[in-house]
Order: sequence, then C-alpha cells, then structure tokens
Amino acid sequence: MAATQVLKSEWTKIRSVSSTVWTLSLAAVVTIALGILISLLSNNQWDKLSARDRLTFDPTRISFAGMGLGQLAMIVFGVLVVGNEYSTGMIRTSLAAVPQRGTFLFSKIAVAAGLALVVGLITSFITFFVGQAALGTHRASISDPGVLRAVIGGGLYMTLIAVFSMGVAAMLRSPMLSLGILMPFFFLISNILGAVSATKKVGRYLPDQAGSRILQVVTPLDDTPYGPWGGLGIMVLWVAAALIGGYALLKKRDA
Amino acid sequence: MIELEGLTKRYGEKVAVNNLTFSVRPGIVTGFLGPNGAGKSTTMRMMLGLDRPTAGDVRIDGQHYDHLKDPLKYIGALLDAQAMHGGRSAFNHLLCLAQSNGIPRARVHEVLDTVGLTTVARKKAKGFSLGMGQRLGIAGALLGDPRILMFDEPVNGLDPEGIHWIRNLMKSLAVQGRTVFVSSHLMSEMALTADHLVVIGQGRLLADTSMADFIQQNSRSYVRIRSPQRERLLDVLQGSGITVVRTGSGALEVDDGKPEHIGELAAQHQIVLHELSPQQASLEEAFMQLTAESVEYHAHTDAPGPQISSTPPSPPSPPSPSPAPQWGGDWKKA
Repeated sequence: MAATQVLKSEWTKIRSVSSTVWTLSLAAVVTIALGILISLLSNNQWDKLSARDRLTFDPTRISFAGMGLGQLAMIVFGVLVVGNEYSTGMIRTSLAAVPQRGTFLFSKIAVAAGLALVVGLITSFITFFVGQAALGTHRASISDPGVLRAVIGGGLYMTLIAVFSMGVAAMLRSPMLSLGILMPFFFLISNILGAVSATKKVGRYLPDQAGSRILQVVTPLDDTPYGPWGGLGIMVLWVAAALIGGYALLKKRDA
Repeated sequence: MIELEGLTKRYGEKVAVNNLTFSVRPGIVTGFLGPNGAGKSTTMRMMLGLDRPTAGDVRIDGQHYDHLKDPLKYIGALLDAQAMHGGRSAFNHLLCLAQSNGIPRARVHEVLDTVGLTTVARKKAKGFSLGMGQRLGIAGALLGDPRILMFDEPVNGLDPEGIHWIRNLMKSLAVQGRTVFVSSHLMSEMALTADHLVVIGQGRLLADTSMADFIQQNSRSYVRIRSPQRERLLDVLQGSGITVVRTGSGALEVDDGKPEHIGELAAQHQIVLHELSPQQASLEEAFMQLTAESVEYHAHTDAPGPQISSTPPSPPSPPSPSPAPQWGGDWKKA
C-alpha cells in the first residue's frame, strides 16, 4: 500500500464534498471581515485609548482579532473531515480499502492539514494587509520586526486548530459530539479561564491561548512564561496528544 | 478462497461468533445463512479486518487481510450499501476507492457501466434510491476485479429486475472461477443462487454443506398418497409395517417412504391411486428447522450443539504453511 495512493485518494475525498469549500471559505471570510471591522474601530477609537493601551498597541494583533471567530469554522472543517467518515459509515468502506489504519488516518490528516495551511496562510496575509490598511496611520509594516513571524504564525495557528479538531474527532468519532465539545470550549470556556485571574495561570496553557501568542508582535505587559514560538510549541504538544489519542483508539477499536 | 479457523468474537459476556471454522471455495456461490443476530455481519467484518477477532484466524488467499497489498484487487465487498458519504458523487466515491488501491480511473467508468449507473455518475449519492445505492456498493466491490467477492444482503432494496440482475451477476462471477460469498436471510433467494451453504445460528456453525444435501439432511421428505380406497390402503400399508399419517385433506403421508414400494403394494392389492408423490420440504422449512434447534440449544446450555454432519464433507482447509501468528498482533506492527 503506497502512501502516495492513499494521499491521492484522500485528496479526492476532500475536494469532492461541499463541506470543505464552505467551512474553509467561512473561516477566511469571517477572519478577514472581522479583522477589517475591528481595525477600523480601533483606528477611530485611538484618541480614547489610555497611555498604557497606546504603549502596548499591537496593530498586527488587532488585525487578527477576527481569528477567534474564524477558527470556529476551521474547527468545523477539521471535525467534518474525520467525523464524516464515521457519521456516514464510509469508515468501513475506507478501512476495507486501506486496512493500514495509521496510513489511512495520517494520510487523511496530512491532506487536510496541507489544505488548511494553504487557506490559513492566504487568509492570514490578506487579513494582515487589509487590516493594516484600515488602521491608517497606526499600521504596522510586514518588514517590522516580528510581524512576518506573526502573519505566518496566523496561518500555522489556523492549521493547528484544525488538526487538533481532527484528532479529537478521531477519538470521539461523532461530529456532533466533537463540535459540541470543541465549539463552546474554544468560544467560551478557554476565554473565561484566560480572563479570570484565578484560572489565568492554567488557562494560558490551553491550546488556543498558548498558540495565539504567535500573533502578537508587541510583548504584552504580563508575566506569560513563554514567547511566541514557545506558545506555538505548547499548542503543537496539544495537537500531538490529540493525534496520538485518535490514532491509538482507531487502531484498537472495531470499525 | 477464504479460510476461517476457530473464529470467535466476544462482546463482553456475549459471544457473537463462536469458534467458526469453514472455507469458502472458488468457482461456486456460497450462501451464508442465519437468522438476525446470528453473527453473519460480524463474521464478514472480521473477514475484512474491520473487527478484530477475540480468537481465531481469517485468511484471504492464505494471507491476513491487512497484509494484502491493494486489498480491493483480492477481495471486493458490499457490506452496507449506505456506507458512503452522501455528499459525494457516485463517480468520486468510486474514484477515491480506486486511487487508494492504484486502480486506473478508466475502471471506475467500467464498473459504473456494469451496474448501470453511468447516467447518474455525477449525482450525489444521497439522492440515490436504496436500489441505486446497492448498485453503487456493488460497483465498489467489483472495482478491483477481485478473485473474491463478498455481499452482505445484496438483494435488499432491489426491485425484481434488480434482484434478477444480481442473481445472474453472482452466478456469472462464480462461473468465471471467482469465490462468491453471499449472506442472506431470504431462503428462497439462496435456493436460486447458492451452490453451497454455510448456516450459522447463535454464532455457531450449524451446517457447511451443498444446497441439495442441506435440504435432504434438514428437511422432512415424505410420500403423499391419495386414493378413493383410503381405508383399505391404510390397512395394507400398516400391514406391511409402514407408518401412515392421515392428513385433514384426506391424503395419506408416509415419512421417508419410497413411492416405488408403496405403488407396488397398492398394485398387488389392486388399490386405485389418484396421487403418489414424493414431497420434500422447502429450503425455508429446512432453515427454520435448523435455526429452531439453535434456539433450543440456547435454552439448554448443557446440551451439545446440534450436530449436522456435512455431506459431502467440505475439503479440509489446507494447513497453513507456517504457524499462524495471533490475529491482530500485526496491527501493532503496521
């Protein structure tokens, strides 16, 4: 069983269902549109900002403000890519064709992650440039220190959140259950844990909180014990754990 | 050739498949019969490496399923016609399966043509009727031009024309020398298609025999006699030690009787016969009788299992060239 055959097959699968197109385009549109909106508002509200806020004003991070919502569509993409195999019963047909379960799962994830990376990077660059245009005189330049890292990091972040969702869906098998856990977690729970001072120290090790540190160019005035790449590294560990869990269960369980 | 050896599947305390040993041979259609919940689908899933046996072994042409290179070229299976993504077109569904096993794209067009779905190839599978879905599943099984084909309840949802089509398809596949293994609960259907029968009940093997032998072994055969001189005939038959049963309709029945013998007796005594016909219960009756025994067995767990000898005995499985490794051990190495 050549892995290239399985990669080709998974590419056919992913391009031949409409959910791929709508989830990925929704992720891009929401991230870009919300980024423009918040950048415009920030530009208009500049005069009302405190001196402290002006000091830590991060135009790059502001333009990525839509990613918090856009990532939800990336989560849906990741969950559906894996979960639909189970919800449709296709998994039995797929595993009969490719009995090497590791090859099957990781080919699927590689293809979906590659596609998410392309869409994520394009989204991230567009978001940055249109966001900066909306910020007027407070804009950052792509050549400023740390900016290119943050923009590429935006694409990586969106990819990792999608891959994390794929791992979770491989463990849970049901798309509804996976979405029911992941959506409120990333939309609400993680933010609440990160905002409340009592849980802040724990919250910042959650995948999205740690990973999104890469989007910041201006170091915030807090005691976060990791830098941009350190944060992304923490997120990668989460993703690896989800994938190992998904793989172990797929291997062990009856299809 | 599919070989099962001591195949067992337990779900906790419940034994779904119990120590099944049989072979499915090429060149004939082998019917796989059993009432609902007998373990047919579980057995088929284990054959395809989807479920891991608790004990025992399945080999496809001597190899474990997950060791087959491009398995669709060895064995094509229709397990559940609904096992596909409804949002994908028929063509793309088959294309992704073909690509995973290195089967050329042209073959996808061929099998679509074989099952008569060419005109709807670009339509999404969720718009398909049950019968069309079944045909698409069969197209998937035929994709790799495999030597072994396995169909789980293939006539479900098919119209009479479709049933006729699949019946002829299975027969022609067997005539080409392929191994064809079909499960069904439709006895009448099996009688028309299967040459050989494997019957299971409660996960146990109840019979592994040719169709004709199965019926003979498991059904009551008797001679039905009608005569205007019924009482006299009764006396004559009983006088020669033959047990006769009167039926409500006025006929007489002799279990395991020989019509020649009864006819000669009647002639000797100059008794007029209006009917003298050997009767045999249908496959349906034979199956009901057999599975009733399996239910009975279940009720008295200490009793030995129903012993139905297979005649002619199916040729024993050729011994494995090497000691079989524990099935499932390879998963970890894959």
